[in-house]
Amino acid sequence: MTLDTVKHAAETPDVSQPWKELGLKEDEYARIREILGRRPTGAELAMYSVMWSEHCSYKSSKVHLKQFGEKAPESDALLVGIGENAGVVDVGQGYAVTFKVESHNHPSYIEPYQGAATGVGGIVRDILAMGARPVAVMDPLRFGAADHPDTKRVLPGVVAGIGGYGNCLGLPNIGGEVVFDSCYQGNPLVNALCVGVMKHEDIHLAKASGAGNKVILYGARTGGDGIGGVSVLASETFDSTGPSRRPAVQVGDPFQEKLLIECTLEIFRENLVDGIQDLGGAGLSCATSELASAGSGGMRVELDRVHLRDATLSPEEILMSESQERMCAIVEPDKVDRFLEICEKWDVIATVIGEVTEGSQLEIFWHGEQIVDVPPRTVAHEGPVYHRPYERPSWQDALQADDANKLPRPATSDELKDQVLKLVASPNQASKSWITDQYDRFVQGNTILAQPEDSGMVRIDEESNLGVAVATDGNGRYAKLDPYAGAQLALAESYRNVAASGAKPLAISNCLNFGSPEDPAVMWQFAEATRGLADGCLELGTPVTGGNVSLYNQTGETAIHPTPVVAVLGVIDDVTRRTPMAFSQEGQLLYLLGETREEFGGSAWSQVVHDHLGGLPPVVDLEREKLLGEILISGSRDGMIDAAHDLSDGGLIQAVTESCLRGGKGARLVVPDGLDAFTFLFSESAGRAVVAVPRSEELRFTDMCGARGLPATRIGVIDGDAVELQGEFSLELSELREAHEATIPGLLA
Amino acid sequence: MTARIGVVTFPGTLDDQDALRAARLAGAEAVSLWHRDKDLKQVDAVVLAGGFSYGDYLRAGAISRFSPVMETIIEQAKAGMPVLGICNGFQILTEAHLLPGAMLRNNHLHFICRDQKLRVENASTAWTSDYEQGEEIQVPLKNMDGRYVADERTLDALEAEGRVAFRYLDMNPNGSLRDIAGITNEAGNVVGLMPHPEHAVEPLVGTGRTDGLGFFTSILKKLVTA
Repeated sequence: MTLDTVKHAAETPDVSQPWKELGLKEDEYARIREILGRRPTGAELAMYSVMWSEHCSYKSSKVHLKQFGEKAPESDALLVGIGENAGVVDVGQGYAVTFKVESHNHPSYIEPYQGAATGVGGIVRDILAMGARPVAVMDPLRFGAADHPDTKRVLPGVVAGIGGYGNCLGLPNIGGEVVFDSCYQGNPLVNALCVGVMKHEDIHLAKASGAGNKVILYGARTGGDGIGGVSVLASETFDSTGPSRRPAVQVGDPFQEKLLIECTLEIFRENLVDGIQDLGGAGLSCATSELASAGSGGMRVELDRVHLRDATLSPEEILMSESQERMCAIVEPDKVDRFLEICEKWDVIATVIGEVTEGSQLEIFWHGEQIVDVPPRTVAHEGPVYHRPYERPSWQDALQADDANKLPRPATSDELKDQVLKLVASPNQASKSWITDQYDRFVQGNTILAQPEDSGMVRIDEESNLGVAVATDGNGRYAKLDPYAGAQLALAESYRNVAASGAKPLAISNCLNFGSPEDPAVMWQFAEATRGLADGCLELGTPVTGGNVSLYNQTGETAIHPTPVVAVLGVIDDVTRRTPMAFSQEGQLLYLLGETREEFGGSAWSQVVHDHLGGLPPVVDLEREKLLGEILISGSRDGMIDAAHDLSDGGLIQAVTESCLRGGKGARLVVPDGLDAFTFLFSESAGRAVVAVPRSEELRFTDMCGARGLPATRIGVIDGDAVELQGEFSLELSELREAHEATIPGLLA
Repeated sequence: MTARIGVVTFPGTLDDQDALRAARLAGAEAVSLWHRDKDLKQVDAVVLAGGFSYGDYLRAGAISRFSPVMETIIEQAKAGMPVLGICNGFQILTEAHLLPGAMLRNNHLHFICRDQKLRVENASTAWTSDYEQGEEIQVPLKNMDGRYVADERTLDALEAEGRVAFRYLDMNPNGSLRDIAGITNEAGNVVGLMPHPEHAVEPLVGTGRTDGLGFFTSILKKLVTA
């Protein structure tokens, strides 16, 4: 097979090319020809096809995502914003924190273990590339019905993959979510988050500048795995003589990644790199074009110098391979020797594959012959942009009219008690420890709080006790009923979770999981959710630092529930002041903060008892969320609150049950004036939390709430070995524990 | 007057920073050791920390056992230098035949991370003298290959000679024979266990318990008074 060089392409304009098979549209192919003034070479076509894919170019979502920048709140905290590998936030004392959440949904359905494992690997490298030491991971997960046979295939594989990779990297897994809903049956959501810490001066960016600087590829050898993972098709169309039928899913090696982390951090410590980029989706195509595009010059790459796992790979395949555990660095010539020495120390393969040039083109050579000659911006940053049509779906009105508040409610105390037990034992409300006990939450010795706490919290300075907290939340049921409100409710819950553990929310990252953008109804959900999130972030004062969009999450014509997942990052000056969720001190008073209304649309109760989804989600009041957050943080700092738990899905009874089981103590509850027992227990009104207040602090605490205008209602006391609702029922902790903890192992073990 | 405790970093070691911190908190001078370096930097005792050295490829601990640093450690351990192997470190010690038996995959086939109760069965080793005989402690456990096995004769001998150092209480998390969580050599200077005492040294982090600090205070007292 002859090599398709730039010269050859110019001479043979009429050769038919597999643009369609690579997932490009006819007008996109025409635009590539226009940019180049000739037909692209096979290698160029490969690069454009992966970089202009939905996954890499955000071509359908871009016009909506703009709002995160346009409506960004004033914030002193943001050091690096959207557009880099991950955003960076100032947390004080000279420290900066970077965090991001990403999706690995499609690969995890096809190959649960490797799909989930490489999802962890990818996000960890993003964080590393910013110059930070990764310090924790979290995984928001969504699966089909808990009792569906395929869930038993997908979930254990995903969990083992996350554990197998993350545990081997030495990163504590401190939180996340596990949600079951039949809408995710053919399309589980596997999102992965990583947090990293660095000093301000250690921030690194992905850009290639300084003519003569060397381009070094280091890490694992490049193999034939994950080719075209980001675009639509695998590689057979390129070269039928090479090894075929490779999985489009990448295969991870966490041991290699651990070495890559330590090696890269040592390289940073000696200040040896000018620019750095990890290799993830679209592999070398992405790394070279993004580095060159963001820098000041051009770049020349000798592709045949790349270390290969499979010597028969063609240049197109090398450019598209998504082999894991690789990084690309820009290094000044006199620092190259030391760079390679450190790689050798960590047994990491490193190769100089090219250099930054005076010109403006990205030029790639294969054994001396030029196969790529493109303006890098046209590959990396100036891809197609679509204004997809969107329209409020015809069924939305009927869905909202199907009011959950009208569903039959429990008529007797016994029925009420039965429904409490049914709720806390339901797969979504049940204990997830069978899953989270497969993740190491202790490694690095800085874990202050981990699941099932409201947020995950790690100490970042042993001397000053400075710490950061992160929570992730999303509720596809709420978002289905109203995507604008649903996105804001996810934001509010995550914000509340961080505040409930005593940390001050600073910034957010998001993972937007939706169906096909070619469906106007899905596009409307996406438009509404992004608008809601941007408006919400503006109001709460928490800028979006970056994130990820995952589209085409659907089976046939049926899309998943719109599922925006929001991760909020907070800071706490002194982790000794953190607030745990456990009710552990008998005699402490329980206060319900916020207002409880009859709000059951999208609630866990409506799902568990009636298998119903309809009506409107809880009303959002972000001013109230802010106030609640301030009270929770002040209460924690000043020692007025000993325990706190946010109220969200499942309502008050779910929160009280979890906190009682965590602390091993019961609670005696009284229905407050103006509420009925059912609404008190099951309503999902937003902007609420339950807190445990030492008696000695009661007056000070209620005075503070009164002065600030936050409703605080005394609802009971921590006491005994049962959760008792006066005049209604009493449930022994042992019975609640059995109900809460047996469900997941029963379904999956 | 203090002592120098070395902690080895192999490629893939994860809990080395934690072990160094634990040694420091106990009052020792903590020293990093590198797998390629035969020189032990004049340390008085060595901790082989947890993790997945060499990715646990082949068998957990099987490759590390042949690293240059282990040559010196094996030699010195035989001459009486105190060595503590935690989790992957325990696996390395059995691969190096400094301790008998082997570790297999957990009987339930999952990685397990939990707060584990143990009984100190031998409080006279170099690493356990600060505990009471029969004392119950709680420290984190986290492993994939933690199921201790040995032939019946070896197990009987370990029991008879008081060389079972720790036993799992309440629940056996991995199927270890006779609930064995850790063992010692005859001289009591080499101790290995699957649970992680170095994760239980500060009231603030992890499980909030400090039950693991005794390992490090035990060795420090022994070395300083020696």
